[in-house]
Amino acid sequence: MLDNISPTTQIDPTHNPELADRIDEILEEHKAKPGSLMVILNEVQSKIGFVSEPIQDYIAKSLRVPVSKVHGVISFYSFFTTQPRGKHTIKFCLGTACYVGGAPQLIDKAKQLVGIEMGKTTDDGQITLEECRCVGACSQAPVVVIDETIHGRVKPSKVAQLIRALEKEDEGA
Amino acid sequence: MTYFRSHILVCNDPECLEKGSMEIMQALKSELSSKGLLDEVQILDTPRIGNCESGPEILVYPEGFHYINLSKENIPFLVEEQFLKGRPVNDLLAPPKKEEAQELGEPTAKEIRVVLRNCGKIDPQNIEEYIAEDGYQALAKVLTQYSPDDVINTITQSGLRGRGGAGFPTGKKWAIARDSVDGQKYLVCNADEGDPGAFMNRSVLEGDPHSVIEGMIIAAYTIGASQGYIYCRAEYPIAIRTLNIAIEQAREYGLLGKNIIGTDFSFDLEVRKGAGAFVCGEETALIASIEGKRGEPRPRPPFPAVKGLFGKPTNINNVETYANIPQIILRGADWYASMGTEKSKGTKTFALAGDVKRTGLIEVPFGITVREIVYDVGGGIKNDREFKAIQTGGPMGGCLPAEYLDLPVDYEKLTQAGSIMGSGGMVVMDDETCMVDIARFFMEFIQDESCGKCVPCRVGTRRMLEILTRICNGEGRDGDIELLEALSAEIKQDSLCGLGQGAPNPVVSTLKHFRSEYEAHIYKKECPAKVCRALIRYEIQADKCVGCTACARNCPVNAITGEAKKTHYIDPDICIRCGICKQVCNYEAVLVT
Repeated sequence: MLDNISPTTQIDPTHNPELADRIDEILEEHKAKPGSLMVILNEVQSKIGFVSEPIQDYIAKSLRVPVSKVHGVISFYSFFTTQPRGKHTIKFCLGTACYVGGAPQLIDKAKQLVGIEMGKTTDDGQITLEECRCVGACSQAPVVVIDETIHGRVKPSKVAQLIRALEKEDEGA
Repeated sequence: MTYFRSHILVCNDPECLEKGSMEIMQALKSELSSKGLLDEVQILDTPRIGNCESGPEILVYPEGFHYINLSKENIPFLVEEQFLKGRPVNDLLAPPKKEEAQELGEPTAKEIRVVLRNCGKIDPQNIEEYIAEDGYQALAKVLTQYSPDDVINTITQSGLRGRGGAGFPTGKKWAIARDSVDGQKYLVCNADEGDPGAFMNRSVLEGDPHSVIEGMIIAAYTIGASQGYIYCRAEYPIAIRTLNIAIEQAREYGLLGKNIIGTDFSFDLEVRKGAGAFVCGEETALIASIEGKRGEPRPRPPFPAVKGLFGKPTNINNVETYANIPQIILRGADWYASMGTEKSKGTKTFALAGDVKRTGLIEVPFGITVREIVYDVGGGIKNDREFKAIQTGGPMGGCLPAEYLDLPVDYEKLTQAGSIMGSGGMVVMDDETCMVDIARFFMEFIQDESCGKCVPCRVGTRRMLEILTRICNGEGRDGDIELLEALSAEIKQDSLCGLGQGAPNPVVSTLKHFRSEYEAHIYKKECPAKVCRALIRYEIQADKCVGCTACARNCPVNAITGEAKKTHYIDPDICIRCGICKQVCNYEAVLVT
């Protein structure tokens, strides 16, 4: 729904009234809670997908706290991103069991197939590759998380299948 | 509160209602009353038992019998057989569910399930199923019969210790929080289970959330807290969703909120989500995070029990600690203390992962040996390889070699052996695991998760990682081992919180037990386990290769050449030693040297 707006303004609530409305809604709901900043940032991250610098600025003004405080929290926690992610995020669990179970090989395979480094998004904005902390599915190691779905006992050949399925789904859409 | 020996749950979903579940309920009532069983058997209506396709359906607890396709005519026979004679009516039972791949299988002989007793057995989204398993009876008992002192005495006598890792006596912790005079007090549940390889708390939160909530309400009553928070890591979205449903249901039933079950005690709960910072499992960092700040630890004292969340006295326990409370209240301190060792009482859940045949969640009494866990509960090493080490306690824990297989597992014994209990992750490693690489892996984790507040941890772990990385890359130097040892001692002594103090542990324990592997890397430029990429080569054995081309097709860097049906060749200059060729070869032709 944000696709039609140019990239610089689409991440800035002061230039994007629709984005501002969505943030206002989150602010209204949670502002009064003690320790609200974390709750608000978590909601923005999960509903909007990123917390860009203009958004941080906007939240700071609304909560009447210095923007440095907001940015301090954003930069501390790894779940917050300041840039929009790709349409699909493929996360490779690097918990102990997954690491011992062959996660590094899966990462090699995915980097080769998608053609990007870890932490990057493809140019067409479709796929983001990320490493992540233990997702607690150790009995199915090694584990790959695509968007919210956990795939267990993944082999390098399965990585290829999963990525092909994502590409196919997008072509179909 | 009346005690019933049996509970019947009657499904009241619209589909079942249409098929006549109300008539079934009436028929059950009149049949039970004519047999004089109404004060022994309780009838409850409940949403969603099965898929309603074969309604009307009922569940009978404690046995858990699931009867389907019932009609009024079945009821007299069913009541007579089930509740008078005490045997199931097999013809009416639902067919057994197809076995799904699950993390929590049937318990093996060495297991005792206290915390996990309901996981996988009850519907976590239905409070009535929890109530049918004696749920919230401990709370009722406490609120009507116990003073806060009585609770503290019972918990102290049970010997329960904090399951988050440090093992502080829970009764003592509650007593300190209770004695803090400040009016407003908070209760916090640490559900920030961040140790890689540990998922015990996730399973409890997803499988039996009410046991944690009940434990928390009892704790809140004991210390005098009116508001509680469950701080759950963001990596567990299903646990967060399940908890929110459970809290909502508990409120509806008057178990949370104002005047709980009609008493003048009030308490409410809220779930707070983390955002991917391992250090927030440390209690002072967790408090800062709930307050909406960067999750940086602060020095203690003052301890949270005196000055915690929003500056008020706060009691923090872990998920598993709270989940133990209702059972201790119901079954008594002596029952709990009868399990375990002298100083570590009760049971402990572990997430058994790595190279064992049966991975998954287990719950065992303290005092069980490592060998029993690996071989009896875990079924032995995968592919019948050699046991090399068991890693316990997460990234601040340690690796114990085969000499420790007969070590009884409890807080003190693990610490003496150079590892820790931690929250309960256990990763079993076979002889294909390189211990230097494992130490490097944990140091990378710690270095990345160090919050940066204090220098020994922030800079020290980075230096250690650099040294370990160069050892794994075949660039280790004479003196590196000594340097690692010196850094370990400094970081342990000078760091502010448990993360930094425990950071060198994987290195210290692997140096202690697997020193020769470090020496092989540094002095012989060899990786004995054939893992470290810079120190190994992949080769194809001509006598075994049949030229199937599988390896060449799967090689991510096209380092393998060869025609079909002829021996293939790996170019060592192009090869990145990822090992995919070895995995895909069906003829065991790829050799690592």
